[in-house]
Amino acid sequence: MENEQDKIISEVTDNEYKYGFFTEIESDTIAKGLSEEVVKIISSRKNEPEFMLEWRLKAFEYWKKMKMPNWAHLTIPEIDYQDIIYYSAPKQNAELASIDEIDPELKATFDRLGIPLDEQKKLSGVAVDAVMDSASIKTTFKENLADLGIIFCSMSEAVREHPDLIKKYLGSVVPYTDNFFATLNCAVFSDGSFVYIPKGVRCPMELSTYFRINAENTGQFERTLIIADEGSYVSYLEGCTAPKRDKNQLHAAVVELVALKNAEIKYSTVQNWYPGDKNGKGGIYNFVTKRGICKEDNAKISWTQVETGSAVTWKYPSCILKGDNTSAEFYSVAVTNNYQQADTGTKMMHIGKNTKSRIVSKGISAGQSQNSYRGLVKVLKNAENARNFSQCDSLLLGNNCGAHTFPYIEVDNKEAIVEHEATTSRIGEDQIFYCNQRGISTEDAIGLIVNGYAREVLNQLPMEFAVEAQKLLQISLEGSVG
Amino acid sequence: MSEVIKKSLVNDELVDAFRKNNAVIFEQTPDFINKLRSKYFNEFEALGLPTKKNEAYKYTDIESAFFGAYKRQYSPQPLTIDIREVFTCDVPELENHLMLVNGWFYDKENKLKLLPNGAIIGSLIEATKQFPELVEKHYGKYITEQNDSLSMLNMSFAQDGLFVYVPKGVIIEKPIQLINLIVATEELMIQPHNLIIAEEDSSVSVVICDHSLNPHAFLLNSTTEVMAGKNSKLEICRQQNAHDHSVQLTNTFILQKESSFVNSVYITLHGGTVRNNLYVKLSEPHAHNKSYGLWLADKNQHIDNNTFIHHAAPNCESNQLYKGILDNASTGVFSGRILVDRLAQKTIAFQSNKNLLMTNDAKTRSKPQLEIYADDVKCSHGSATGQLDEDAMFYLRQRGISKKEACHLLMLAFADDVINKISIAPLRDEITGLVEKRLRGELSRCNRCKVNCG
Repeated sequence: MENEQDKIISEVTDNEYKYGFFTEIESDTIAKGLSEEVVKIISSRKNEPEFMLEWRLKAFEYWKKMKMPNWAHLTIPEIDYQDIIYYSAPKQNAELASIDEIDPELKATFDRLGIPLDEQKKLSGVAVDAVMDSASIKTTFKENLADLGIIFCSMSEAVREHPDLIKKYLGSVVPYTDNFFATLNCAVFSDGSFVYIPKGVRCPMELSTYFRINAENTGQFERTLIIADEGSYVSYLEGCTAPKRDKNQLHAAVVELVALKNAEIKYSTVQNWYPGDKNGKGGIYNFVTKRGICKEDNAKISWTQVETGSAVTWKYPSCILKGDNTSAEFYSVAVTNNYQQADTGTKMMHIGKNTKSRIVSKGISAGQSQNSYRGLVKVLKNAENARNFSQCDSLLLGNNCGAHTFPYIEVDNKEAIVEHEATTSRIGEDQIFYCNQRGISTEDAIGLIVNGYAREVLNQLPMEFAVEAQKLLQISLEGSVG
Repeated sequence: MSEVIKKSLVNDELVDAFRKNNAVIFEQTPDFINKLRSKYFNEFEALGLPTKKNEAYKYTDIESAFFGAYKRQYSPQPLTIDIREVFTCDVPELENHLMLVNGWFYDKENKLKLLPNGAIIGSLIEATKQFPELVEKHYGKYITEQNDSLSMLNMSFAQDGLFVYVPKGVIIEKPIQLINLIVATEELMIQPHNLIIAEEDSSVSVVICDHSLNPHAFLLNSTTEVMAGKNSKLEICRQQNAHDHSVQLTNTFILQKESSFVNSVYITLHGGTVRNNLYVKLSEPHAHNKSYGLWLADKNQHIDNNTFIHHAAPNCESNQLYKGILDNASTGVFSGRILVDRLAQKTIAFQSNKNLLMTNDAKTRSKPQLEIYADDVKCSHGSATGQLDEDAMFYLRQRGISKKEACHLLMLAFADDVINKISIAPLRDEITGLVEKRLRGELSRCNRCKVNCG
């Protein structure tokens, strides 16, 4: 039994990353290195207004004085920030009138990834913004959404066409001084998605962005901003992949969510950047700052993430519960295999009255990987009746991996009820025995148990994504998921 | 004067004091201790006191705690009063207590007791004179793995302390009580070092009580090293009962051998700034550790309990329960880390922290941590912060119990979960009484004690 399990686990370790292909495409790439000049070039390529350039330069100045954080439970080799290309965009004609004008190579790439850029082949109504390297390729269903007053476009377009909203909200949740990677992102971010849902509108379809790193030696720095105005609702999905390369690539994104009165934002991520090969060579360094603010009363933000990729993940989707009666959720499944490292979790800042937050984190470690949950629940002095429940479970597959939990709980109000629970274990022999007895093979049993373990989180994903996420879990732990 | 300068002055003052007085300091202790002293002093000089940037001291400002014109005694000073006259301890089974006065073994006593069964109990300095080899074998051997500057500082200055040696197979029925008494007429910094060795198959209980005889500020930075040999059974209880101007820092290092069992209970009744570091290493299979803590804080008191349980061998078990009640503008901190090595399969480790907040000015900080590198383990931690249970309160009120009394009963019940983990019955009763008084807001002084602790 022990051996059989080991065998299955070693099969898991051997599985291949199926999105690892590379697209030969002509691209507009600038030289390696980071300087004020580079920041200016990026801004000018994007035809940005003056205020954006100023903001970028301020961020760059600030970044020069910052040091890379080293508090996470991660081993990251020295990153040479001058050895990275900060802008690379697939070359295509400036303005696209229809789908036919997209470079067929590009279209083929996204078809291969299963991303429908073609509105005819729409998959149960998901609007997609596809981003390759530094530029947004195509945003689908834009017109249909515009009828409702919803703005869904690339960030560069938003900067040009909706400067008021950008001025008001960009950097309002994650300021340019926030942290090393967020500041770097502010200086050099290239593209991303922008969403604005007007008052009282319930977005009729799932909005989604698909990020793809293609070019070599580039870093991807995208920036997403979602604003849900009073009484609106939006569900947003994010997916990502990258080709297989021996060299590590940097990805430092920033996501900001703003939920106004009675608004609700649901943000789901399936992160599947290239995790490196089974010897730990290559892979994406994924340093992401995600933060949402329930700015006014009764707002709600929900983060759901399925993290299976990246060589190193440093990511803490957080919520600021500023309005009264606001609530926030964080659901996470983080799978690490081979030599992957993940340090992920959340922050819940309770500021308003009667705020509620819920954290469910499920870590699965296999191979030689290290998987950490790190979270902070803070209840401020005036946050009366705050309520938090956190549950952080870790599952270990094999005895060469590690699972860690580092929660921080800070309570300054006597009415708060804050609970944290964490367990670490492996799949029990008795559980497998129970399944075996009923004619279920060990392999299928492990699959069942892992699936059941992650179900609480997967159930939070929108239908279309839940299927993909379940498949992803199967690929990441191939041979063990039935 | 800016904070930074002030802080670096604290470090400089400690370093200067050591250099200036090293002849006197070195004179009291033998070479093997002085050798370690120099080594740890160099390390301390390089590292300095922990700052708030140090992750382990994130919530406690140790440097500020060192502000103050603390005097140090580098050799035993004569006392003007007869301690036995003014101080009595009324726990029935503990009448034969040992005393450390201002960090020095009380000189009117027989400094080192040699029991017929071979056990040695008494002054550490005296033990280094009579049993140099025995002390050398153990002194400073259990703190090496932690890079903690408070224990380095203690190792630099430490001179006297409690020495307990229980030979193979010896069972000491009666608990050994050490009273750490501070009676100075000026502000004192004292840094005693205790060494407790329990050899194979032995059993012993040690009770340490920290007391002060007058309201002068003091800083106690004490280190206790404990070695629990194969199949040994040990209990360590520490009762911290001083006043608002006290700074009490304790570092306890416990090394557990095969199948040993250690029960440690820390009760913080009263203190200004308290920081308890507990480091347990389960170095051989089947070792079992239980650690408990309770803190009651009001006013501006700051109480920080920090534990680190290291499972370095398979089949070990550890269990922790830490509870705090916080009133007024006090702060309670709990940080607990469980580390399970790759080899430590079949580990069972549990940890729980519960805090009661009585006001909106009180604060709790909780940081339970699991760091696990072995797969066949059962580990969990939990942390909960809240107020008294409304249903329980309603039940009591229904039965005609006043709100104040009901509140008191529930707090006592909350505290009792930790108190009842003390296996020495008379001490348990005494502490229950003290906690009850403390919760009522009275001075928690023992009945027969003539000392004015507050």
